[in-house]
Order: sequence, then structure tokens, then C-alpha cells
Amino acid sequence: MNGPVIRPYGDTTGDGMVQLSFTLPVPHDKRAEAAALQLAQKMGMDPAMVVHATGIGPDFTFCVVYGRVNHLVDLAAVHVVEREFALLTAKDVDTAITVRHHRPLVVVGACIGTDAHTVGIDAILNLKGIAGEKGLESYHEIEVHNLGAQVVVPELVEASQRLHADAVLVSQVVTQRDAHLDNTREMSAAFREAYPADRRPLLVVGGPRFDESMATDLGVDRIFGRGTTPSEVASYLVHRLLAEKPAGAEDFSTSARRPPSSATSRRPA
Amino acid sequence: MSHGRRPTAEFAPVLQLDPTTVRRARTLARRAGRPIVELARTHTTVSVERAVLRLAGLTGADPDGVPWVNHLVDGVRTDLGIGYGVALPVWHELIGPGGYAGLTDLAARTAAGSVRFTVPTGAAATRARRASRTAVGGGIRRIDANRVARQRLITRLGDPPRRPWIYLIVATGDIYEDIPQAQAAARAGADVIAVIRSTGQSLLDYVPEGATREGFAGTYATQENFRLMRTALDETSTELGRYVRLTNYASGLCMPEIAALAGLERLDMMLNDSMYGILFRDINPVRTFVDQRFSRQIHARAGIIINTGEDNYLTTADAVEAAHTVTVSQLLNEYFALEAGLAPWQLGLGHAFEINPDLSDSFRLELAHALLARELFPDAPLKWMPPTKHMTGDIFRGYLLDGFFNLAGALTGQGILLVGMMTEAAVTPWLSDRDLALRNVRYVMNAAGRLREDFHPAPDGFIATRGRTVLDEAVGLLERIVDDGLLAAIAEGTFGVMKRPPDAGKGLDGVSRIQDGYYNPATELLEVSARAATVRTPAAPPVRRPS
Repeated sequence: MNGPVIRPYGDTTGDGMVQLSFTLPVPHDKRAEAAALQLAQKMGMDPAMVVHATGIGPDFTFCVVYGRVNHLVDLAAVHVVEREFALLTAKDVDTAITVRHHRPLVVVGACIGTDAHTVGIDAILNLKGIAGEKGLESYHEIEVHNLGAQVVVPELVEASQRLHADAVLVSQVVTQRDAHLDNTREMSAAFREAYPADRRPLLVVGGPRFDESMATDLGVDRIFGRGTTPSEVASYLVHRLLAEKPAGAEDFSTSARRPPSSATSRRPA
Repeated sequence: MSHGRRPTAEFAPVLQLDPTTVRRARTLARRAGRPIVELARTHTTVSVERAVLRLAGLTGADPDGVPWVNHLVDGVRTDLGIGYGVALPVWHELIGPGGYAGLTDLAARTAAGSVRFTVPTGAAATRARRASRTAVGGGIRRIDANRVARQRLITRLGDPPRRPWIYLIVATGDIYEDIPQAQAAARAGADVIAVIRSTGQSLLDYVPEGATREGFAGTYATQENFRLMRTALDETSTELGRYVRLTNYASGLCMPEIAALAGLERLDMMLNDSMYGILFRDINPVRTFVDQRFSRQIHARAGIIINTGEDNYLTTADAVEAAHTVTVSQLLNEYFALEAGLAPWQLGLGHAFEINPDLSDSFRLELAHALLARELFPDAPLKWMPPTKHMTGDIFRGYLLDGFFNLAGALTGQGILLVGMMTEAAVTPWLSDRDLALRNVRYVMNAAGRLREDFHPAPDGFIATRGRTVLDEAVGLLERIVDDGLLAAIAEGTFGVMKRPPDAGKGLDGVSRIQDGYYNPATELLEVSARAATVRTPAAPPVRRPS
């Protein structure tokens, strides 16, 4: 396999120039700069130039290094794992729901079992969100019901039915004796029992110790692991709930149609 | 007014705000806020009652980490509810024939289920009242002593040499890692150190105990952590010849208790917003407003500067479209703060540099909004928050944006400047990120720190017009809020984008209407100081116009 072979571009094709900055835990002196140079060389930069070095307090040195790397990248050998759904902006998610669902998407969230760690579910659902991203509550067209911690499975199923949930999000942080796996299996079994197959809400679980490939084994639709952000979850919900259905088939819910909530009605003029 | 250390330098107004409109805005804020104050006066919460016990000196937790204050309040709640307060039943039991060694012993026996609480009457009530007042008075005296100690240290060591004060964050999760980082940040130029709390602490209905070494993206707020960090910063302050202030968060379900701990351990600033918990954490509105008022009374007494959270609205809503919601929230926060006894120099009202940098004239709009806050609240040490929403991970662009943020802060006389990190949205700040960010601030302050003297936007120009427009929009929104009632406005989703009805949200079951015979020695002692402060402080600070 021979694709195009590339190297970084500074100001001339093939010059391989890169820039790098780092901090060394030594006082700023000639030795620190020489150490920076040696590090750069070991990283494959040759020749390397320490273009700037300055002390940060008495014990650290910040360095900026420019240099040529001799590594090559064969583009034919670059493989990318694609997400199975497109990442949408909040606005696109809201628009998709308005256009294709005609009512807000109802999401019920909970920590089940004895797990009291709501950090995960709150990060995804709370307006506050995580990593600078707002949670699902901030989406105009998503109606969030966060049931909180230590919710028992029958209670979750009951709430899901009462609220006409389109999707149920469950967070599991505690993994002692595989509690997260047992709880998830118990939950998905209860939903299969309580709903006809075509009416069951989408089941999504998340937590730092889940293996994302175990969804089928656990009987859920999707697993999200560490570092998942609210917009990924929202995009996934749109992808699964709204993209695959043929037009006109979205009225699976028994709930009365609610008027679409509009951004303007909630926001001061 | 003379408050010794006014946090803002003299600043000649340039927006030419209409004094009638400004007065109208304050009148409306007062009218919107007054029913909420009434609500706060007629309710109490489990956290307010736990704060009373903390002020009386009850500390510690059982072997499972459940604080003794929780055990004791839960005990009273089970037997009587909290509508009478915990002071009378607890001290009646404590000084009765049970032979308790102290509050901790009483709490332990309550946890074991061997105590039945009653509300005393007659002479017994008088005795319980007096005993509780003496005990809580001890905590209030310690808060007073801390305020004096802070003032003495500032007199001896000095305040930061210039405005704005430079505010830096540490957040390792481990208090013993936080300490050297905080000390290094202070040596590098930080005037204020904020220790970010662990994610999720706001929704815990108890305050963890002791020194903590693990947290999620932050360090738990505990009394011991407060003490350790304040002690370390006192050492650094002496070393640097400048008093370094310490900040934490009085927010979430334990707001009153954390405020009390801040006063007891001499913290200097506290994040304390009137509506943040409601909007962003889905905490019950009544719980929040009751907890708010109590925590602000403590902050007033302790000489703590509060930082409000208006910057958060702009991270959710569009910073241009929602500019007036920031002004409205600032006016409400001001009313609630003054009512609780805080003085204008204690109001670190928040706002932020969050306008989309791709928008044309975005910097002029930022200046207009920042000037509006400056001129509307001339005596408040405004808290100026850096860009976060439009920081993309492009650290080079981010560094430039932070430079403009710093310039806007210098040009508009902000009181407290939270240092922006170019690595926002990419990584938690590295040592070098913090150093580069401080170099950015130093360069701008050195190059343009006094540019304000020459900065006179034309009265009919873009900036001044925009400032006046936002104020008009704020008045319009306040009129609607007054018509609907603030609780209804919150329920309808007026702020941020969240609908928060007063009968829902976390912590509602910890709220109780006050019964006849309710007694709270802390409120009694704090109301006295609040009333005295209200007399000192005009409800509507005058707006100075250019002569």
C-alpha cells in the first residue's frame, strides 16, 4: 500500500518543520536549554532550535523549540474509526426534533441500584453540563426528567411509562463486583418485559468503566464510556430516534400532542 | 460612604445613563425581590439549622462520614419537624437531665435513636434560648475576630498594589497538591486564589469532613481544607508582603453551612449567587432563597466579598441577546445582598467576556456591557470573567482573545479579574499556561492600565448607545418580572433557559415554614448587624454623571 507520504510543512514543501513547547523541572540556565535541545533531538527533531526559554519561578523552565522532524506519514496507513452518527450542534438537534418529532423529546435519566454517584448523569443532563458543554436540559426541544440517585428499576420503568419517555439514560459509576453490569441487565430486562418491542424507549447507559462494545450483551441500545459529552448523547438520540423512521411514523407515543415549545417563549424579549 | 478599602478607583462615568431609568431599575428590582425576602423570613431549611449548630461549635462526623450536625438536625426533624428551629429542642435536651458531655455526645446518642426531642415552654424555653444564644454567640465572635484579623493583616502586609485584583484558580482534587500550586500562583502574581470544588458537591446535602485528597475536577469544600489553605496562604502573604485572598463556593444544598465555615476559617471571598443553584443545579427555588439570605447575612458579618454568577447566563444564552438578563440579575443580586446586610464594597457582581468573536464590533459590545455594569454599580468590585464559550482549543487565538479580555477589564475599571487560560476547553491549566496567562495580564496592565483616563466614548456613539439600550431592555424585563412575580418568572424560564417551578427541584423536602415559637439564635444575632448595615447603606447608590 502506497498512498501519498507526507511530513509537516513550515514554509517549504517537505521541510518537516514543527514547533513544540514544554516545561522542564529545572531552574533556567544554560543547562536547562541544553536539556531542552536534547529532549527535542530524542523526539526526532534534527536540527532543533531552542528559540525561547524563560524561568517560571525558581524551579522551572518554559521552552519553545522549532525543528525539523525526519518522520514520514504514509496516508494509506492512516485509519480512522468513524462515529456511527454525525455530531450535531444544539441548534441542529432542536431543529431536527421540531421538524421530525413535532414535540419535545422526553428523556428520563437516573442512577440505578445503590449507586449514589450522580456525577455522570448530572454532567450529561444538568444545564451546567461538563467541559464547557451544556447538558441536555439546555436543549429547548429535549424535556429532561432527572430522577437522581438510587432509583430502583421498577420505579424507573414506571416513570418512563408515565412520562412517555423516548429515551432512558442510566448512569453507573460504582463497579464493585460488576454491579454496573448486573444492574444494567436487570434494567434492560425490566424494560423488555414492560414494553412491546416496538414501543420500548431507547436505552442508553453510561459510566467510566463500561466497554462500549457490550451493548448487545447488556440488552441496551448504546453504551457511552469515559469522556462522553452531552452533545454526543443528544446527537445519538436524534440519530437513533429520528433519523431511521420513515416519514409519518413518528407518532408512536400515546401521549397527547403537546405544542412545540419555542425558544422565544422561554426567553425574554 | 467610607469603607476604608474601596475596591474600585474613582471612575468618571461616560455612558450618560439616565438617572431616572437607573432609579426605576432599582425600584423594580426591590419590588421583585421583596416577596422573596418575605419568603426567606418565613421559612427555614435543614442547612440553615445545621449552620446554627456549626456556629455553636459542633464539628466532626460518625465513622461513616455522616456529620454530627446532620444527625442532630435529622433527629429533631423526625420528632418535631424543623419549623420550630433546632436551637430550642437541642439545647433544652442538652442542658436537661440527660447528662450529655456536649453537642457531639448528644448527636451521637441521637444517631443511636435514644433521644426524644420536645419544644420547651415557659422558663425551660427561656433557659434553652439563653444557652443556645451563648453557644452560637461563640461562633459569631470567632467570625468577628477573623474579620479583625484579616483587617490587621491587610494593614500590616498591604492590599494588591493595583486594580483589578488578579484571581487564579487551583483545582487538583487533593488539598495537599492545591497548597503548593496556590502558593506558586500567589508568588507569580495572583491576588486571589480560588479552590474549585469537586463536581457534584453542590448536590450533596452534607459537608464532607476533614482534609480530602480526591475529588472530581476539584477539591471538596471542608472546614479542614479551608483551614489548611488559609494557613498556607497566610505564610505566603507574609513572604510576599501582600495579603493573598482565598475564595471558595457558598452554593448548592449546603450554602449556609459553607458560609458559616468560611466565616469561621477566615475565607475572604465566596461565590454566592441568588439564582445559580436554581437555574443551573435544579435546586428548589424556595430552598435556595432561604439559604441565600442566611449565607449572605454571614458573609456580611464576616466581611467576605461575594462573587455572583451572572457570567453563567452568557455561557448558556447568546451574550448579545441576553446581555440585559445579566443586568437584571445583577440588580436582583444587589437588592438581596444589601437587604441581607452586605455593603456595596462586598458585591463582586459578575459578568463576562463571552460575545462571539466572529461578530463584527464584538469588542465594542463587550466594552459597552462592561461599562454599563461599572457605571450602574460604581462601588462594587465587579468580577470580570474571561471567555470560555468561544475558546476552542486554538491556544494562539485564545491567547489573543484573553489579551482583549484583559484590555477590556483595564479600560472599564473592573475590580476582580479572573485570569483567562488559553488552554480553556483543552486541558486543566498547566504550570506554563498559568504563567503565560499572567504574563498576558501583566503586559496589558503595564501597557494600558491607565488608558482609562483617556477613554471617553462619544455620548452618542456606538458604545454609549448600546449601554443605554441594554439598561432599557433590563428595565423592560424587570417590569415583566414584577408583574408576574419572581418565582413565576423563574418557573417560566425567564433566566438562562430553564423552567424551575417553586414546588420542584432538589432539596425541597428540607424546607419548612416557620412555626409560632421558631427560634434561631444565629438569625437573631445576624439580623441585628444587618439592620445596622442597612442604616449605613443607601438602598440606591447614587449614579454620578459627568459635570
